[in-house]
Amino acid sequence: MSGTRTPAVEGWFTGAGDDFRLLGTRCGACASVFFPREDAHCRNPGCAGGDLEEVPLSRRGRIWSYTDSRYRPPSPYVSDPELPWEPYALIAVELESERIVVLGQAVPWITVADLAMGMEVEAVPGVLSEDAETTWTTWHWRPTGVTA
Amino acid sequence: MTADVAVLGVGMHPWGKWGRSFVEYGTAAARAALADAGLEWRDVGSIVGADTVRGGYPGYVAGATFAKALGWQGARVASVYAACASGAQAVAAARSQILAGLADVVLVVGADAAPKGFFRPAGGDRPDDPDWLRFRLLGATNPTYFGLYARRRMAVFGDTPEDFALVKVKNAALGALNPYARYRKRVTAEEVAASQVVADPLRLLDICATSDGGAALVLSSLDFARRHGVARPVRIRAVSTVTPRYPSTVLDLPDIATDSAAAVAPPAETFRASIARAAYEEAGIGPEELSLAEVYDLSTALELQWYEDLGLCGEGEAAKLLREGVTALGGRTPVNASGGLASFGEAVPAQAIAQICELTWQLRDTAGDRQVAHARVGITANQGLFGHGSSVIAVR
Repeated sequence: MSGTRTPAVEGWFTGAGDDFRLLGTRCGACASVFFPREDAHCRNPGCAGGDLEEVPLSRRGRIWSYTDSRYRPPSPYVSDPELPWEPYALIAVELESERIVVLGQAVPWITVADLAMGMEVEAVPGVLSEDAETTWTTWHWRPTGVTA
Repeated sequence: MTADVAVLGVGMHPWGKWGRSFVEYGTAAARAALADAGLEWRDVGSIVGADTVRGGYPGYVAGATFAKALGWQGARVASVYAACASGAQAVAAARSQILAGLADVVLVVGADAAPKGFFRPAGGDRPDDPDWLRFRLLGATNPTYFGLYARRRMAVFGDTPEDFALVKVKNAALGALNPYARYRKRVTAEEVAASQVVADPLRLLDICATSDGGAALVLSSLDFARRHGVARPVRIRAVSTVTPRYPSTVLDLPDIATDSAAAVAPPAETFRASIARAAYEEAGIGPEELSLAEVYDLSTALELQWYEDLGLCGEGEAAKLLREGVTALGGRTPVNASGGLASFGEAVPAQAIAQICELTWQLRDTAGDRQVAHARVGITANQGLFGHGSSVIAVR
């Protein structure tokens, strides 16, 4: 069931393994950072607008909050209705240098019981869903020092 | 410089899961509001609809549909959509028309027929739409955001699941007294604790349901109210419809990330606090003068957040306020005397209007068993998806 690996969203992350990074953009005039990427115009109301250049975000951050999804979310989330629902954790992570909070799913083997506020996590490549032709890839948050 | 407008009539269709059209709920509420005002539909110069996103094409789910159902009579029409804040924007539009002298009497209507289960984005592939993306990429339903906020309060302020349950216990007891509420049973803390976890740490009874319902207001100029023989109407003194300020550093529905505060320092107050402050400033009234508040308790923990954002207490002190009974009926500032969303469930475009219906009954001293003694000033507060602030202050 694993076909072509395709990002579930274009241009939000890049790289594999230890080189995996979320991608944002940064304004050349005021240095504001945007994630999800802002490619049209800087959204700082005090900035006349500079060139928006793609930048990798910090790979590691600290947990701002977390929760989980005990019930199957509706579409457009993709899940197999034939299989029992497996809850997954959602983690909001504060990246220190960007001063931004980014939400993401936790790696699948982590539950809320494994998490704590302020815990260090890192962005790693993950799989959102698979169909006959495509493996849709995404970002996951994984507590640092934990491997599969 | 703004001025007051009069609330001549209020009306609601009971909240529930009735399985009928939003048009029916809105029209029933409109007829009730007109009867309450002692006016005929033909006396209304303008109708403003608070739109639903369910039920069809945007031109259909709007003010003109209610005008048609009530019988075309040529009234001017406007329609607004601002998610949960739609009702407040409809009131803002109506007030502007009245104060500008464009209409003496305006009918404001909002109604919804909600689906079962989680709200979901409109169909189709829309990778540019943040609301579509958060479902597609994260499966992040509304309750997961409520769970994030609740966990954050527990970590930062020491709130407990027992505190959250007490909000439900309080609101369910009040909803039991409200004939328009969907849930009219008292709930115990043990029942909250025994309900299923939906989004850790929140359980089913911490989270508001989605409901069918309709609410309507008849607003007029103070001159018209006087001519109509209403010497002391409930008056709307402030309508706050502010947006956030950059950088907004609270993760808000439906966003996947906050703004970055790396280049620009964040504003001194959060978006939610700025919603209430704008209303207080416009009214020239402070939180200490409130007789009651109706706030958007999408979850029990969010009701506590509003206590702080409304200035009823300092940051982190909401659970203490609740435990001391300050926000219960009989306390200094009862919150959600209507029973709140905990007892109603959310009928999105009707909800901010329903909050004003409750303020009106309370300020008229006609709220029956849930009457707040000596009610003179009330505030409503809510926040709509995508950055729509909503707060109304009414006085009598």
